[in-house]
Amino acid sequence: MSIDLKTVKHISKLSRISLDEEKAKKLETDLNSIFKWIEQLNELKTDNIEPLSSIAETKLRLRKDEIKSKNMREEILKNSPNENKDFFVVPKVVE
Amino acid sequence: MSNIIDLTLSELVSNIKNKKISSNEATSEYIERSKKSKNLNTYIEETFEDALKKAKEFDSKPDLNKKLPGIPMAIKDLFCTKNVKTTASSKILNNFIPTYESTVTQNLWNDGAILLGKLNCDEFAMGSSNETSFFGNVISPIDKDLVPGGSSGGSASALAAKLTPATIGTDTGGSIRQPASFTGTVGLKPTYGSCSRYGIVAFASSLDQAGPMTRNVNDAALLLEVMSSFDNKDSTSVDFKRPMYSKDLSKDIKGKKIGIPKEYRVDGMSEEIEKLWEDGKNYLKDCGAEIIDISLPHTKFALPTYYIVAPAEASSNLARYDGVKYGFRTQGNNLIDMYEKTRSAGFGDEVKRRIMIGTYVLSSGYYDAYYLKAQKVRRLIKNDFNNIFQKVDAILTPSTPSSAFKIGDKSNDPVSMYLNDIFTVPVNLAGLPGISIPAGLDKKGYPLGLQIIGKSFDEQNILNIAYSMEDKINFKFNLKEWWMND
Repeated sequence: MSIDLKTVKHISKLSRISLDEEKAKKLETDLNSIFKWIEQLNELKTDNIEPLSSIAETKLRLRKDEIKSKNMREEILKNSPNENKDFFVVPKVVE
Repeated sequence: MSNIIDLTLSELVSNIKNKKISSNEATSEYIERSKKSKNLNTYIEETFEDALKKAKEFDSKPDLNKKLPGIPMAIKDLFCTKNVKTTASSKILNNFIPTYESTVTQNLWNDGAILLGKLNCDEFAMGSSNETSFFGNVISPIDKDLVPGGSSGGSASALAAKLTPATIGTDTGGSIRQPASFTGTVGLKPTYGSCSRYGIVAFASSLDQAGPMTRNVNDAALLLEVMSSFDNKDSTSVDFKRPMYSKDLSKDIKGKKIGIPKEYRVDGMSEEIEKLWEDGKNYLKDCGAEIIDISLPHTKFALPTYYIVAPAEASSNLARYDGVKYGFRTQGNNLIDMYEKTRSAGFGDEVKRRIMIGTYVLSSGYYDAYYLKAQKVRRLIKNDFNNIFQKVDAILTPSTPSSAFKIGDKSNDPVSMYLNDIFTVPVNLAGLPGISIPAGLDKKGYPLGLQIIGKSFDEQNILNIAYSMEDKINFKFNLKEWWMND
């Protein structure tokens, strides 16, 4: 199965990565060569095989829901790309 | 006494413990050498002044019971270090200063180590040559045209060039073992769950593991001992009794059964690699081990499986880089536009490619055909190892299909780059421990490595096998210091 330019643009939308026409075409070529190589998995019959999602097939541990870290509001906000000491600032969302 | 920089980690530790060398002397030596080695482009962030301060503090009241007493160490820039810039070699994180410390690095500092700086790597650890870093290629100290391997390329290069006595990397598909093999050093990927993933910039969470990169096997055992711990902050951390790997290191491997998987004899494998593998078998026989031919029938499906699973997990993990809470931002006309422009400008080509692959295989209509299929094949690969470990104690393979390649050689063909990890990726998919040790040189004079794969949590066994082989191999590599500036 091949991936066309329209699909590449759709994936770029889903990935929230804007692409110009040239990059999209390059990715079309790359993705097709990668997926052509990946297709060899179809040689294998896997109907009754249980999928493996994690190597650590143990039950997740439970713990009390309690706050352990100190209030780091200011330190955390310092990494915010738009300067504002109180909030994370984003472009206007609601008109 | 030989030069400080020529001492192995373990030798430096004993010299500091015997008060023959101070932490300040060792730290100063490594800083001087690092300053003269800028041509290799190994450091992204230097913390030299702070390191000297800490070394003096250590010397003023030395705690010599620590395992890494006052030992200076540069580390891969994928580990979050509190108040020290952590970039994962990406533009999108190029101004990120963590407010917390990764568990593995905290373990190092708790045992006396001192941070020298943060080392270059492939962007978000995605690459096998260190060519995807936003901060430029790392150069191998072996030759100016040569890649150090990746993704822990800065770590491998700094270690081989003696800019740090030892270092740590992370390994998702071979990112410790392949660069170790390319630079004539030792690299160990521990069992999944041995070292905490807390505070490591996430790439593929079901595959990522941190591990030691060192000049010899003894050092790897010592460093693993410090790095590995049970950690409540990592839900996949495994609570088991961790051995004293370095204390228990032994050359007695008599009677150990070592498997040689026929599927690793890939098409077009060079005679040099064949010979290296054959030599490895003979060394093991000399040590009293028994060689057994085995089969791991699903080996050839490991790489395509990996290139579904790893990008799928990466596409979710990297969704957090949206230009809102930290990192780089490009302004946009609205929120979505800002996300798209930020991610487009902030990620490099390889990272974008993998996010796109991951998004595609997880997207509606393709999930079953790709992602679920890959998870099923992953089960088959793991079963191969489970079955064979009923019969053998460990497996011997080459670490890589070739020695280090030249910068630019493979960067235009993603699949040929991915094929580099053909011998290392199955180990990550099955969550097993694997160690690469330097085992010889090819005809160009470049290092080649052999890999020993073990059962889950059987690091001691593969360390012992590597330790025994190291003695027989007696690997020598004379590095010409062409890169040094005065």
